[in-house]
Amino acid sequence: MFSPRLRGGVHPPGHKELSNASPIRRFPMAERLYLPLQQHLGAPATPIVKVGERVRKGQLVASSQGTVSAPVHAPTSGVVRALAEHTAPHPSGLPVLAITLEPDGREEWDPSLAPVSDPLALPPEELCLRIGSAGIVGLGGATFPAAVKLGSSLKRGVDTLILNGGECEPYLTCDDRLMREEPGNIIRGALLMQHAVQARRVIVGIEDNKPQALAAIRKAAEGQGVEVRSVPSRYPMGSQKQLVQLLTGIELPAMSRAADSGVLMHNVATARAVYQALCQGRPLISRVVTLSGQALTHQGNWEVPLGTPASYLINYASGFDCAPARLIMGGPMMGIQLPDLNVPVIKGTSGILALTRKEINTDEPGPCVRCAGCVRACPMGLQPLEMAANIRNGDFEKARSLGLDDCVGCGACSYICPASLPLVHLFNYAKGELASRQREARKMEKTRALAQRREERLVRQAREREELMAARRAAAARKAAGEESPS
Amino acid sequence: MLVSILPLAGLGTLLGFLLGVASRVLYVERSNVAREIEELLPGTQCGQCGSPSCGAAAEAAAAGELPPAFCPPGGRAVAEAVAGKLGLPLDLASLVDEQPRLAEINEDICIGCTRCYKVCPTDAIAGAAKQMHVVFADACTACGKCEEVCPTGCIRLVPVTETLQSWAWNQPSL
Repeated sequence: MFSPRLRGGVHPPGHKELSNASPIRRFPMAERLYLPLQQHLGAPATPIVKVGERVRKGQLVASSQGTVSAPVHAPTSGVVRALAEHTAPHPSGLPVLAITLEPDGREEWDPSLAPVSDPLALPPEELCLRIGSAGIVGLGGATFPAAVKLGSSLKRGVDTLILNGGECEPYLTCDDRLMREEPGNIIRGALLMQHAVQARRVIVGIEDNKPQALAAIRKAAEGQGVEVRSVPSRYPMGSQKQLVQLLTGIELPAMSRAADSGVLMHNVATARAVYQALCQGRPLISRVVTLSGQALTHQGNWEVPLGTPASYLINYASGFDCAPARLIMGGPMMGIQLPDLNVPVIKGTSGILALTRKEINTDEPGPCVRCAGCVRACPMGLQPLEMAANIRNGDFEKARSLGLDDCVGCGACSYICPASLPLVHLFNYAKGELASRQREARKMEKTRALAQRREERLVRQAREREELMAARRAAAARKAAGEESPS
Repeated sequence: MLVSILPLAGLGTLLGFLLGVASRVLYVERSNVAREIEELLPGTQCGQCGSPSCGAAAEAAAAGELPPAFCPPGGRAVAEAVAGKLGLPLDLASLVDEQPRLAEINEDICIGCTRCYKVCPTDAIAGAAKQMHVVFADACTACGKCEEVCPTGCIRLVPVTETLQSWAWNQPSL
């Protein structure tokens, strides 16, 4: 079939064979779970439990605040031991407020959780609300609250719902296994989301390096009105712009949301979470995590309760073969380098990788030879070498005019660079720098307004005092005159 | 005598008139650099640059007596704007303090004297007599005026702690 030509992309070695043959196993409960209040994009959740309180499995422990936020639920029954800071699964290694839960091993479900008997009979708005209150976020890694995306798509009206089964990141096989093992639930979740946004059609896009997953989803989708399409394996195929363009022919404009073009995309794991929330009454309390990398003894896929420390996960499931050269949460291209293994598994943790020296690039960065390999690799049609040169010169505005804001940080340029330049790092640095300048400028504006208002207030107060004094003097004079006149 | 006075007086009148007309017609609006610089400044009159007010500081900067990066609360944004206005190279190392700071009230020794919020140029402190005072972090410019007037020394300027929201990637060493 004719498909639109895609620009850029790279073919990193997949290493999927390390873990794609191992079925998803349920991970046992750790001794302690650390539930960060911020596991999603947007405002952190507000804790609603007290230290020492007993909670049941699936109980709401932190509610969402603000329009873009997601609640957090207890992955098991137990006692809240602390509400304290814990290392965040974040490249900075800064602390994040987290609820520490000590499981009691009884796995008692919250009795108030009940599945909906016929979710397709509910109005779409109600479905969006329920998906939001189940704490579901984009499980592909972006962790944008699913309900917010569904709600705005419903309002705008979208034509096509795309289910992303691309999983283009090397090593990761969690979506692959999920599609093989629970294709029915994924399709049911997709149909629920289709109803929630009133989309006309549903397309599932799966990279052709996952034939079993493709076959399983095809079989489950038969007679459901869901189109299943195989897409070529090329990183970053699982990126929204690439997959949307390949499946629908629509090129999403820069700086716009997919919904503006009538498209909504969700990950296959998100569809399964939606199914679980609506048809099983189970909020998002666990997710499938790929454990891979050649520094591990046993690679595999595990259904891990959220909050499980990465150290516990590795110790129980595998152990190290050799000292890992790099620990990564997520995929090797866009994942985050972990400062240590103390961090918990969160909603966006698609994998935990322990890579050996051989698997990573340890070359020192060299000078750019302007080979333009990065220009060919960039899926967004940018010129990474030019942007990087300007950023190194401190000219961030020039870099922005070259399209820095369109950079999705996929890492294709860094991967292909023969000089091993940390291009994505440079772009992230420039984005942060521009954002902080904007923040500073906004603060300055606010400061000026505050100072001006204070100045005006001081003048007004002085005038009012003056007037008051004058009025008093006048009253006193009148009084004195009145006392004098009758006599 | 009249012969010499009249032409000279006439000439003087004529030239004076011409000068008067020319000064109106050919009036060049003087670029008021100092005023333009003052508009870039926070306007809190905090005095951290050593000048008594933002206006005086702007005059000094326009006259070249102060470097472009003279304004500590303005930070890099203002320094760059002023340098751009004056066409001077910007030496960021001359910024007095690059690290953002915030006033913090030690609640154990605050006696609620109300002095600090009266001097705060941005109304960033709220409180009442004999009540605990509190700093609004996003309005505080760390000018230090409150620190000076506090009788118990309970106000300190502390570095802003980095959070997940404010954290950004550092510059890669190349």
